[in-house]
Formats: sequence, structure tokens, C-alpha cells
Amino acid sequence: MSPLLSVRDLHVGFGRDPLANEVVRGVSFDLAAGQTLAIVGESGSGKSVTALSVNRLVDFGGGRITRGAIALARGNGELLDLTRADERTLQKVRGHDIGMIFQEPMTSLNPVHTIGRQIEEAFRLSQGLAGQAARTAAREVLERVRIADAGARLDYFPHQLSGGMRQRVMIAMALASSPRLLIADEPTTALDVTVQAQIMALLAELREETGMAMIFITHDIGLVAGIADRIMVMQDGVVVEQNDASDVLDRPQHDYTRHLLEAVPHFRAGRATRDDAPPAGAPVVSVEGLVVRFPARKSWLGAGGGAVHAVDGVDFELAAGQTLAIVGESGCGKSTTARALLGLVGKTRGRIEVAAGRSRRPVQMVFQDPFASLNPRLDVAALLAEPAIANGQRQDAALRERMRALLARVGLPEDALSRYPHQFSGGQRQRLCIARALMLNPDVVVLDEAVSALDVSVQARVLDLLVDLQREFGLSYLFISHDMAVVERIAHRIAVMYAGQIVEIGSARAVLSAPQHSYTQRLIAAVPAVDRRKQHFSVDMTQVPSLVRPPGYEPPPARWRAVADDHSVRVEVPA
Amino acid sequence: MRVLRSIFAHPSGRIGAAIIALYLLAALLGALGLTPHNALRQFPIDRLKPPGEVYWLGTDLLGRDTLSRLMLGIGQSLVVAFGSVACAALAGSLIGLLAAWWGGLADGLFMRIMDVLLAFPAILLALLIIAIVGPGTWTSIAAIGIVYTPIFARVVRGPALSLKRREFVDAARTFGSSDTYTLTRHLLLNLVAPLTVQVTLALAWALLTEAGLSFLGLGTQPPAPSLGLMLAESKNLMQHAPWLMLFPGLTIMLGILGFNLIGDALRDILDPRTQRRTA
Repeated sequence: MSPLLSVRDLHVGFGRDPLANEVVRGVSFDLAAGQTLAIVGESGSGKSVTALSVNRLVDFGGGRITRGAIALARGNGELLDLTRADERTLQKVRGHDIGMIFQEPMTSLNPVHTIGRQIEEAFRLSQGLAGQAARTAAREVLERVRIADAGARLDYFPHQLSGGMRQRVMIAMALASSPRLLIADEPTTALDVTVQAQIMALLAELREETGMAMIFITHDIGLVAGIADRIMVMQDGVVVEQNDASDVLDRPQHDYTRHLLEAVPHFRAGRATRDDAPPAGAPVVSVEGLVVRFPARKSWLGAGGGAVHAVDGVDFELAAGQTLAIVGESGCGKSTTARALLGLVGKTRGRIEVAAGRSRRPVQMVFQDPFASLNPRLDVAALLAEPAIANGQRQDAALRERMRALLARVGLPEDALSRYPHQFSGGQRQRLCIARALMLNPDVVVLDEAVSALDVSVQARVLDLLVDLQREFGLSYLFISHDMAVVERIAHRIAVMYAGQIVEIGSARAVLSAPQHSYTQRLIAAVPAVDRRKQHFSVDMTQVPSLVRPPGYEPPPARWRAVADDHSVRVEVPA
Repeated sequence: MRVLRSIFAHPSGRIGAAIIALYLLAALLGALGLTPHNALRQFPIDRLKPPGEVYWLGTDLLGRDTLSRLMLGIGQSLVVAFGSVACAALAGSLIGLLAAWWGGLADGLFMRIMDVLLAFPAILLALLIIAIVGPGTWTSIAAIGIVYTPIFARVVRGPALSLKRREFVDAARTFGSSDTYTLTRHLLLNLVAPLTVQVTLALAWALLTEAGLSFLGLGTQPPAPSLGLMLAESKNLMQHAPWLMLFPGLTIMLGILGFNLIGDALRDILDPRTQRRTA
């Protein structure tokens, strides 16, 4: 059987001299109808550029195909070389044969049009439908991507939908042309784990229903394990390994594939937790009844406004030398809790007590985005000196010595002091942020999604560094994360947050191996993992409740059920 | 230094820089008294001489050398332009920064005052201020400075608001950095690029406003030479001695062009998008 798509010796370059700046160097693969190919690699590996070359969207990003051939079998049996097709033909190909979904569902939808109009437009362009016919088709396709109450949703604007819903709308638009090939560029990276599992299950079901082929681009080899027929691993613009999915996953041939598979945090349901928990002592941080509310929209008379209950009655204690992980999905209040702890947001009420520590500011923080948390105009010496200056230390030789020692400790070169943030990679910047947080010799470090923005292999090394630093300096970590596999590696205790409240808290092993709360169970079931790829996920449509409450609303008092020695779960009240 | 080099590498920046360099040289020579003739001395025999070998750009009704007077006039204009723009940039940046940093009532109050100032046409507001205080070099500087303050306040406030929410400012708060440190190191330092562009463009406007004020007799007072004053004196002699109007007019126009060209070049150079490409 001839393949649907056949790529031979593809070279793609960028810039004024594409031949000199090739980011894809000699990629070849075949894709049969109905098959799913996963292209896996870290940032800069050329995986996206390869996929975007297939529908020639790469041209709009300044890329040029310098060598090679891309043969696509079109619906009418004609074989088309996409590297030589003109723009008119390409538009037809993009409209009919190849659909595409992108990473960021917010930016790929037009905010000023209803989603109904945008889906109808897709039908108008690809199938010539208009008026009522287009509207009916739009409703049907929304139902196919499992959006409940599709008829009413057509009149929604993108901002009225959650990230997962928006990504489903994007998939619906891609399906409008009944494509024979769907290119999905990291379609779930910006989404929460449970939503990610929903989208993956949906894509798998749609593939069964329509028989379309898929190219799935991802950095997470664990994620594609369940959906891919073939896997192609890329590094620095070159394919290092491609084979059937099970061969790549179970018998990786290339060192880099093995490295990726090892670096991906494997979620092992509580069997890989740390067993170096420090002896229980007096807590360094204790939080009691923390409530953070933001006023919701008010009328101009100042009346009638409710409030967003971002954090609604949170209690926890953090012991010396311990890591407490707060896990949950976006909007659950985990970051707000962390920010309240540092005084970055004001608390509405509650008590936050921090034991007196080694310095005036015993709690320090490392932020998620290493690109945004370093002032681009200051050099490393100025960046590291800032906490010291803020606390009245003099800029003398001793301070420089401390900066050098910390830089060396986090694994940065000696000459880093005179360089600027843009000269470092993401992982190096995050090390820099860690060094900066340690400048004041803190007792507690709050890590707000500190490794989420990093590539998997970098992530693994930063996690190792964090564990080493914890032992060496006797630090306590408050580790905020959405990623269960990462949490399993670093946490001693875990608190699961849902809709502004902690629903389950206990030792990491207990929570991960025997989750009690239905939300914890859902969260854990959604974690993608290489060794769980045979499991089937059903499409679960549970939506997170709105946190905007009417004025005067108080949550019902929490009732806790002790499951084990260090494991309690909030008793669920049926809504 | 790097920025200066890039200005010379930029095609329109090179022209602008050449013009402004020439003006600075002329003003310097004028200030040192190295003019071809005494700019204030009247030579009654040489009244209304057209441009020629002795008087390169001709003489006026009182027999004073146009070139020498232009050199002093340029100096006067540049002093007022640089002085007023420095005042405007300082006051405007401070107001914009504090409005963004404090937010709420202070923000509303500061920016509404700026809006009121901005609602007046520039020259009218300057006239009003001078009418109250009385003419003179210092008054011109103050008046033009006040007129252009709101523009700087606005240019600073917008980006300052977005910088304020950046994570590195949050990080600074977790260390307990002082407001002064955060405002200067984290906010102002990141605003250098838009401010530099704004300063160059404002210099061009200030030059024009100063000429306008002098033309109306409210800027530099005779007999001190100034570009606007020279234009005003020439207006009745347009037919007999067109050079009297032509040269000051051209001087004003070229000066504005020079600052604008540098401003455009700086905008291209300091734009982060183009910067990333060259970095």
C-alpha cells in the first residue's frame, strides 16, 4: 500500500542564508493512512519545523525547504510534491487534506468572533457550506468533539470557554474539512493533566471514527505512548531513531532515546517516593484557615459584587528539611497560596506563621518562568547581589565570594557573573534563580512550578540539584506543581488542592498509592506514563466549579477523615 | 557606545547625526565667539547685502551678519531645547513611574492632570505660562518643559504598568528590595529604550516650539539673536531680501529633521525585535 505521506531527505533552513542555518537536516519518514506518527524531541530539535514543512506553514515563519521531497497522496489519488506546489494549491491542501491544531488554544482563536462563526467559516471555506447548513454542521462537529450543549455554545466567545474547551473547538475546526491528515503541534502542553487526558482520549476516539492519519508533535514521550503507532525521535534537526512505538519504548536503540525515556519522570503511583523524610519536628511554616479572595466585578455603585474565592480555608504545616508539594490544576489556588505565604498577595484572613530563621527573610521563592523572573537589563552579579543589598549587606569581597560559591554549587561557570540573562539557556536561568533565592540563606524555599517550563532532561537535573541542596542546606521546600510525576520524585508530603481547598493531605507514598478523594483519583488516573499505555482512558467531562461566589458566601466547614497515620482526606459533600 | 555606533550604521541615523553634529559645532563656535563677524555689531554700510564673499549668508536691515547670528541662534535654540526636554523627561518619567507604581487614586490624579495639560495645544500652553511669568530664556525652558511633561508621563506609565507585574518585580519583593531600588533598577532601567527615542523626538518639537515663541516675541529677547526672532524680523523684507527668511527657516527645518532622523534610527535600533536579530 502506498503511503499517505512520504517525506524524503527533508532539509529546512532559516534566515537570509537558509543553507547555512539548517534546523532540519535530512528527515525521512512514511505515514500510512490512519496511522499516527509521534515526533518526539526537546525544544530546538526541529520537530515542529518538520511538521510545519508538511503543510508548508513553515514558509510563513521565514523557513525555506532547501532540499528533499514531500509526497502527499491527495483525495483524488493524485500524488503531489508539496515542496514544489504553488501557494494556491497549498491553500487547497491546507483546507482539505491536512488539518492542524496548535499548542495555544487561546491565541489560535479570534477573540472577537463567536466560536460558532469561526467554525462556520471553516466549513464555508472547505466545503462551501453557508447559512443554516454551516450552522448545523458547526453544531454537529462540536458534538463530535464532546462539547455538551453544543447548540448554545456556538454563541460563546473564546474567552468564555476553558482552555480544554477551546482546544476542542480548535479540533472541531480542524475536523471541518474532514482532513486525511491531522497535525497536532503540542496540543495539550498548555493544558492541565486531567484536561490533557480528555483531549488525548478524544483524539484517539476521533481517529477511530474518521480513519485520519495523525502527526503528533510532543516533548513528552510518555504522553504519546498510548496513541502513537510509530515514534520518531529527533535531536538537533536529525532523526536519531524511528520505529514502531512499542519498539522505541521497550527496546530503544539510540542513546538519546534511552536518555529521554529515563529523563521523563515516570509516574510510579507512589512506589518512587523519597524515603529520606526528616524526623518530625516543630513546623517552620504553619498556615491556618488561610483565605484569599479577590473582589469580582462590581457595579459602579460598588454593590452586588461577589468575590473570587481563590483560596478558601487552607491549613498545612511544613516541617524543617521537608518537602511539601501542593498539587492541583490551574485555578485551584496553589500559586495564590504560595504567593500569600510571601506576602505577594494580601490574605483576606487566616494565620501564616513562619519560625524565625537564619536570616531576616527566611522564606524565598523560585518562580515558574526563568525568562520572566530575571531582569534582562541586569548582569548576573547585580541580580545575585540584589537580595543582599535589600537586606543591608555591603557589596564587598565576601559577598562576591558567596556569589561565586553559590554559582559553582548550582553548576554554573565562574565567568557567569559578568553575563546577562539572555546568554543562558532556560535550565541555566532556573539554576540562577535558585542561586539567587539561596543568597539570603533561607530556611524555606517556595518553588512555584519551578521546573515546569524546562525540557525533560534539564528538568531531571534541576530536580536532582534541588534534592542535593535540600540535604546540604537543610532547606524546607513548598513545591507547587501540577505534574504528579515530578512531585513523586521530590515530595515527602503531598497536599492536593481543588477549587481553593485542600482535599487530601498526607505522606507522598500514601496519597499517591492509595488516593481517597475522587479528585485525587482523577488526577492520578490522568497522568500519562509509558508503562500505562495499554490502559484505556474514557472521556471524562467533569468541569471545575466556578470560584466566583456571591457576597457573604462561606464554604461549609471542612470535615476530615483520617485514612492512615499521616493521611487525611476531606469528606466529600455531594453538590 | 554600542548605540552610538549603531546610529552611524543606520542610514537615516547617519544623516541625522551629521546634521546634529554640525549644529553642535556651530553652537560651540558661536559660544566661543568664533563667528565670522560680530553677530551683534551693526555695519550700516553693509545693510541688506545678499549672500556673497564677505557675508556668506548675507546681512540684515541693520547690517548684521546672518551666518554669525544663525550660529548664536542655534546655540540659543539648543540650550532651550535640551534644557526643556531634560526637565520634561525628568518630571514626566517621575510622574509616570509613581502613577504606575502607586496605582489607584494617585494614578488617576496624576494622569488626569497630565490629560488636562495635554488638552491644550503646545504653543498655546507655553504662551499662557510665559504671559504669566514673563519672557526670558529660563521661562522658555520651564514653559516648554511643562508642555512636554505629559508625553513623557504617558510614555513611561504604560510600560511601567506592565513591568510592575513582571515576575522579576515580584521576586524583588520577596527579597524585600526597597521601592527606590525596584523603581530604578527594575522599572526605569527597562524603560531606557523608549525614553531615549522619546527624548530625541521631543528635542525636535522643543526646537520648533522655541522658534515659535521667539517668533511671537515671547522667547529670546532682542538684540540676542534667535532663529524665531530672525524669521520675525525678515517677514517684512521677504521680497527685498529673501535670504533673511530662507536661512533661518532652513536651519529650523534641518534641525528638526536631524532630531527626527536620529529618533527614527534609535527606534529601529532599540526595538527588541530588531535587537534580538543582531544579538
